[in-house]
This record gives sequence, C-alpha cells and structure tokens, in this order.
Amino acid sequence: MSTLQEQIKQVIDTEPVAVFIKGTPEAPACGNSMRALQALWQSGAPIAAIDVLPDPRIRQELTALSEWPTIPQVFVKGELIGGADITEELNASGELRVKIDEALGEHTQTVRTIALAVD
Amino acid sequence: MATNVIRDLLDQSFPGGEIDVEDRTGGGDHFQVTIVSDAFNGLPLIQQHKLVNAALAAPLADGTIHELRIRTKGTA
Repeated sequence: MSTLQEQIKQVIDTEPVAVFIKGTPEAPACGNSMRALQALWQSGAPIAAIDVLPDPRIRQELTALSEWPTIPQVFVKGELIGGADITEELNASGELRVKIDEALGEHTQTVRTIALAVD
Repeated sequence: MATNVIRDLLDQSFPGGEIDVEDRTGGGDHFQVTIVSDAFNGLPLIQQHKLVNAALAAPLADGTIHELRIRTKGTA
C-alpha cells in the first residue's frame, strides 16, 4: 500500500478538482468546508472531496505538501487555488468557472468522495 | 488570543497597511482579517493569502488560531 503522502499526492495530481474538507459533501463538518463546496458547485466543477477528519495525519501530510495551513484546500489540475475565502471570491467574480472551464475543457458537474487508506 | 496580538503580527509584515482584525465569535480563536497593503500589488490572490498565512504562521501552527478568514487587497 502506498503511503498517505503518496495517496494525497496522487489525488491532487489526478483529480481535475480536488477539495480537502472536514466531513463529507453530504455532511460538511465545518462552515468553511461548506463554503468551498458551495462555490465549487456553483461554478459547475466535477468535485472530488476528501475528508481530512478520519486521521490527523491526513491534514499534516497535506499541509506539508501544499504549504497551506488551513482546511479546506482546493486544487484544480494539481494546482492549489486556495481555501474557502479565495474559492468564494473567485466564484463570486465568475473567475472560478472560467478557470475550471479553461483547465478541464468540456466536463460534467459531479460530486464524489474519495477515502484515503489509513492504517 | 487577543485581536491586538494578531494585529501586531500583521503590522510587522505589512507596515503601513490598512489592517482590520475581527474576533468573529468572541472566543479568541476565530478571526477575520482584512488587509489593504501595497505588498499585494500585482500578486494573485493565492500569493496574497500565502503572505498572510506566513505572517500568522506561529499561531496557525500551534492551534491558537482555529479559524482564519482572509480578505486582501492591493493599493494599486
């Protein structure tokens, strides 16, 4: 089995839009995670959500990789675009939709949850 | 943590900036910071927020700040 860091890196690198949140899209455990999810949803993104709560090491490894201290964290095509505030701001200005359309080309709006394997 | 401690840290990193710190819940760990500074001029939002995160790295890392909302703006 790959290490946690490898799994996180793989998700970031392979998912068109990955968002690390507290909780799940169905039951976000934090208002900021909900704000990021809503902004992504409104911008028509295919969302892959990863819950950081099952193991504190997920957040530690993620922050070590991204150099971003807080949750949520939104990645588009492997690039960190920011947390809830930036995602919301970019959605409000319409830039988020443009960014996602440009990065992904034609895509459909979906929501999936990815569980990382923690031992 | 009191808002003036955060304000001091931000003042050091963004001298001359227009800085507002709000304790959102009154509990001393959920903050909204709003900063207008020439340090942000020409930078994408992600880099602007990274500067703020760096200025508050210590209280973010040790959990003193549980939640941080950031709003930044350049002067140009």
